[in-house]
Amino acid sequence: MEQNIIKVENLSKSFEIASKKPGLKGTIKHFFRRETQNINVIKDISFEIKRGEIIGFLGANGAGKTTILKMLCGLIYPSAGKLSVSGYLPYKRKVNFLKNITLIMGQKQQLIWDLPPIESFYLNAAIYDIDKFEAKRRIKRLSEMLEIDKELYIPVRKLSLGQRMKAELLAALIHKPNILFLDEPTLGLDINAQRNLRKFLQIYNKETEATICLTSHYMKDITYLCRRVICVHEGSITYDGSLDKLLKKLSPVNDILIICRSDKDANQLSNSGLMIKNRNKKEITLTIKKNAITSTLKEILNKFDIEDLYISETPVDEIIGEILINKKV
Amino acid sequence: MSNLNINKLTTLLKVQYSNMLEYRVEIALWAISGIIPFFMLNIWTNNNLNESINLSNIMLSRYFLSAFFVRQFSVVWVVFTFEEDALLGRISPYLIQPLNPFFRYFAQHIAEQFTRFPFAIIIALIFFLFNPESLWIPSLGIFLLSCISTFLSFLIQFLIQSIIACLCFWTEKASSIERLLFIPTLFLSGLLAPVISFPEKVKSWIYITPFPYLIDFPANLLSGNKTNMISGFLMQLIWISILFPVFKRIWNLGTKKYTAMGS
Repeated sequence: MEQNIIKVENLSKSFEIASKKPGLKGTIKHFFRRETQNINVIKDISFEIKRGEIIGFLGANGAGKTTILKMLCGLIYPSAGKLSVSGYLPYKRKVNFLKNITLIMGQKQQLIWDLPPIESFYLNAAIYDIDKFEAKRRIKRLSEMLEIDKELYIPVRKLSLGQRMKAELLAALIHKPNILFLDEPTLGLDINAQRNLRKFLQIYNKETEATICLTSHYMKDITYLCRRVICVHEGSITYDGSLDKLLKKLSPVNDILIICRSDKDANQLSNSGLMIKNRNKKEITLTIKKNAITSTLKEILNKFDIEDLYISETPVDEIIGEILINKKV
Repeated sequence: MSNLNINKLTTLLKVQYSNMLEYRVEIALWAISGIIPFFMLNIWTNNNLNESINLSNIMLSRYFLSAFFVRQFSVVWVVFTFEEDALLGRISPYLIQPLNPFFRYFAQHIAEQFTRFPFAIIIALIFFLFNPESLWIPSLGIFLLSCISTFLSFLIQFLIQSIIACLCFWTEKASSIERLLFIPTLFLSGLLAPVISFPEKVKSWIYITPFPYLIDFPANLLSGNKTNMISGFLMQLIWISILFPVFKRIWNLGTKKYTAMGS
């Protein structure tokens, strides 16, 4: 469980991109002489991932999350740095490495569009050298877990997005990969389908001890599955650590609404030296540091006659949104 | 690179055949659209052009029917499919599977040929109905050799197009390069005229290119026309042995350039 299965050291990736100025002049110039520029998409990043970990990659669109996943699974070559996944250099695409990993992209599909998913499953089983009997067993087991046993014989084009995504997952997991790279796997799914997929991934991780690297813009995917997150901003890692610590760091205080029984108590509470966010007659909103909530509330309850109180958490989406906007975490 | 075995190959063929059957009407139309050789036969016989090459009407009609068959079972379109898949990022999942994606395309082509087979037979029967004098049954040996040479012709075309398809890793429109090959393929392969009809000087050059071994050689073999079997097969094998390493090299270089656009 403690062994590092993914090691990344000073990894960088740059792309050469043609640029064109607007207008006719720009078009003619572009026709005769293409101007290209080198864009550093990933800049000197380093991290390690342990076997069985579920890691969430957070960042705005274009931050470089997907490029990192593509390099980790061997789809694209890194421009510089060291990279090792399960002891292999991913970009060499050795058969034993490829049999160990899978990549699921929410917006891409590998299932054959006009055939029922079962045909793609058997094809994948053959590609990964799984015999028919074993393939049948795995398809049965995974289809039960994903609750798509009834949809196996319906052409892919007739399936709903949620059913198709489950079928994609089954196709991608039939060879029992040890490392899963998931790029926005819940993209476009409804709330129930998202929840089912998250549950499935959690069970799969527990049962197989598979390592999961996940990118998602749905914060529930991250908070439900990941203990550790890596924040990426313009190709650099701005945070690598526990999700809880990150949330505490970004949102160190809580708002507490206190409803006093009398105006006298409300006045005394207002003048007690605590940080008042706002006051509306007997309703006072205090801002209290997370690590001082218990002691402060005990004191308030002992000193004042309180009718009711509410503790409100800053929504995770808002906190994470900060990461997407701000460079520093 | 390959990691191909019988189980993978048969499963690929079975699945792709099921897939192709979904497009049977489209494939029937493709088969019908391949009747250029019959138009050419008409032009040749109506203008008595066959006299200039000492080929009887019957032998010429057999040649063009054979050309039709060879064409049906050697049509290649991998460059267009690959280009679309590469540009839309659809090859990404296939690139991280332990099987070169070109085997999928290869299986698609073979499956498509199986699907074409009944339609090609029907077209041939209609041809014989109108030209009963052209009916002939080749010996089993000649038939098998023709099948092998047709398959080798398919392999040559598949490799040429695969090499061009790999240029997608550098240029986004590799299919336009393929179009450059359309004219020499049309004129020098024997689809419009048997290569024997070209002037001697030109012929000696044509025979060192891969083109006459795509249609002319297998069609002459099947129709029973005079052809040098040994040099024909030898040239087919030489071209395959030249093209295959080129494909492997360009594939290895290209995948390093792959940026997984659109995914």
